[in-house]
Amino acid sequence: MLDQNGMARSFLNSLIITIPSTLLTILVAAFAAYAFAWMKFPLRNFLFLVMVGLLVVPLQMTLIPVLKLYVSLNEWFGFLGHDVPLLGGRWFGTNSYAGIWVAHTAYGLPFAVYLLRNFFGGLPRDLFESAYLDGASDFKVFRRIVLPLSMPAIAALAIFQFLWVWNDLLVALIFLGDPDRAPMTLTITNLVSSFGTSYQLLTAAAFISMALPLVVFFALQRYFVQGILAGSVKG
Amino acid sequence: MASVTFDKVTKRFDSGLPAVNDFNLVVPDKEFLVLVGPSGSGKSTALRLLAGLEEITEGRIFIGDRLVNNIPPKDRDIAMVFQSYALYPHMTVYDNMAFGLTLRKLPKEEIRRRVDEAARILGIEGFLKRKPRALSGGQRQRVALGRAIVRDPAVFLFDEPLSNLDAKLRVQTRAEISKLHLRLGTTFIYVTHDQVEAMTMATRIVVMNQGTIQQVGTPQELYDRPRNLFVAGFIGSPAMNFFDGTVVQEEGALAIDTGSFKLPVAKEKEKQLSAYLGGKVTLGIRPENIHSADFTPMGIRSEIVEGEVEVTESLGNEEILYLSRDGKQFLARVDPRTDARPGQTIRVAMDFERLHTFDPERGESIGLPATEEKVEREAEAASP
Repeated sequence: MLDQNGMARSFLNSLIITIPSTLLTILVAAFAAYAFAWMKFPLRNFLFLVMVGLLVVPLQMTLIPVLKLYVSLNEWFGFLGHDVPLLGGRWFGTNSYAGIWVAHTAYGLPFAVYLLRNFFGGLPRDLFESAYLDGASDFKVFRRIVLPLSMPAIAALAIFQFLWVWNDLLVALIFLGDPDRAPMTLTITNLVSSFGTSYQLLTAAAFISMALPLVVFFALQRYFVQGILAGSVKG
Repeated sequence: MASVTFDKVTKRFDSGLPAVNDFNLVVPDKEFLVLVGPSGSGKSTALRLLAGLEEITEGRIFIGDRLVNNIPPKDRDIAMVFQSYALYPHMTVYDNMAFGLTLRKLPKEEIRRRVDEAARILGIEGFLKRKPRALSGGQRQRVALGRAIVRDPAVFLFDEPLSNLDAKLRVQTRAEISKLHLRLGTTFIYVTHDQVEAMTMATRIVVMNQGTIQQVGTPQELYDRPRNLFVAGFIGSPAMNFFDGTVVQEEGALAIDTGSFKLPVAKEKEKQLSAYLGGKVTLGIRPENIHSADFTPMGIRSEIVEGEVEVTESLGNEEILYLSRDGKQFLARVDPRTDARPGQTIRVAMDFERLHTFDPERGESIGLPATEEKVEREAEAASP
C-alpha cells in the first residue's frame, strides 16, 4: 500500500513541507511578536492592527496575486532554481519546497504573530525590566527569558500550524504542481480521480495521513497542561 | 558606592500631567533613603527614572559624578529589587542570581564565589538548585535580594519589596534589610507607601505627594516637625488629629479656640502664632499626645477635654479611642487600663506642648522656617 501511487514518497514530501513551514512561521512570528509587544517604535499599534486585519482576508483571494509575485521573484532569483539531488527533490524556485515553505509561512504569520504577541504582552513587565537591569539586550531577553516562558503558546501555535500545513491541499496544489513533490493530501485527492470510488484505498490513505498529527499533538500537549509561569511573580 | 543627585528632574507622561515635578535631592553615599507617599505620588516613578526604566523629561540625574540621563539601565551600576520579585521562573535560584553576572561575562569561579557568598548572607544556601515556584514568598524575596547583592552595585533600589509578604515576615525582613545596609555599606534607595517601613529603616525620609517633595528629613524630624498638613497627616499611625481653630488672647497668653475647647499655646510658639491673633489656624495633635485623664504621664502640661467614646480598639499594650466632640471625630491613644466604653463621655488630657499649628490656607506649618531653607540649600547642592 505504502509503495503504491507514491504514497511513501508523498508522506516524506508532507514532512519536508510541513516541518520547515512550521518552524519558519514560529521563528519569524516570535521575533515579530516580541517587537510588537515589548519594543518601542513608531506606528507599532497601527502595524499590528494591519497585521491582525490580514486575518480576515480569504486565502483564495490572494492566490493569483501571490502566485504572480512568486513567479516574478523566481525570474529574479532564477539562479537558485537548480535541482538539488538531495532526496531527489527540487528545493528552490517554482514548484519547489522552498517556494511552498515561504507561501505557508506567509499565510500562517498573521495568526501566529497575533497569538504570540498577546502571550508575550501578558508576561510580567518586571521580568523584562529586571533582565534589562541585569544587563540583557533585547535579543538576550528574547532568547533567555521570553522563549523559555512562552513554550505553552509556542507549542499551541506549533500544533495549529503543523495541522494546517499538513492538511493543506489548496496551497500545495497551486504552488507545488509537480507530483514528485506532492504532499499526501494531493496524492490522496488524485486517488479518488484515478480509481473512481475505491474507498478502501482512500480510507487507508487518510488513516496514514492522520497518524502523524496525532503523534504531534500528544508530544506537545504536556506544554498546555503545565503552568510554566508559576513562581515567577508574587505567590 | 556612590551618591545620587536629582537635579530639577521632571517626568511627564503622555497625559501631560507631571508624575514627578521639579525633583531635587542629594543622596549621599551609604545613605538609606526612603521615598514614601501614597499611591500615585510619583515615588516609584522617581526610582524608575534613576534606574533608567523611564526617560527623564527634564532635568539631570547623577550617580556619583556621572550624568546618567542617556546611559542605559544596565550600565548605571545599579541593582533593583521589585515588588513582584521578578524572578526568572524557568531558572534555578542559582541561575537567577548568576544571570546578571553571566551576561557580564564574569569568570565561572567568580560567579560561583559571589553567589555562594550572597546565599550565605541571606541564608538560602539550601535552595540554590530549586526553581522559584518551589519557594515561599519570603524565600523568593531573599533570592531577589541575592540577585541584587551579587551584582555589587553602586546603588541598591527597592520598589516596595515587602508589600507581598505577610505582616510577620515583613517585620523580620525589614530588620534584615537594615542589617544588610549596615553590612554592605552601599547607598540604598527604597520606595514604600508604608510609613512604618520608612520610619523604621530610613536614615532619611523623603515624603512625596502628587509628584513633588513635601519634606526631607530624618524620621524623627518628620515626626516632630512636619512641614505641612500632608506630612503631618501621613507620618504617624494613627494619623494626626486636625481641628480648625482661632487664635485668641486669654489672660495675657495665647490660646487656640476650636469652638468646643480651648488649648493654651506653649511659650516657644507664641511668637510665631501672634501674627495669627484673631485669625484661623489648623491645629494638629497626635493621638499619642492625647492621654486618658486618669493615666496622664508625669511632667506633661495638658488641658482636660471631654469627648464621647464612639469605638474602642484595644491592642493590649495600648487602647485607641475614637472620640467625638461636637460632631468632630478625633482619636486618642491611651493607657490600656483606661475604662472607656462606647457611648460614655470620657475626660482626656491633651498635651498642648506637643501641638502642631498650620496655616489653613497654605497648609504649611507655622513657625518652621528651618526646613524651607534646608530644601533650598539642597537644591543648590544638587547642581554640581
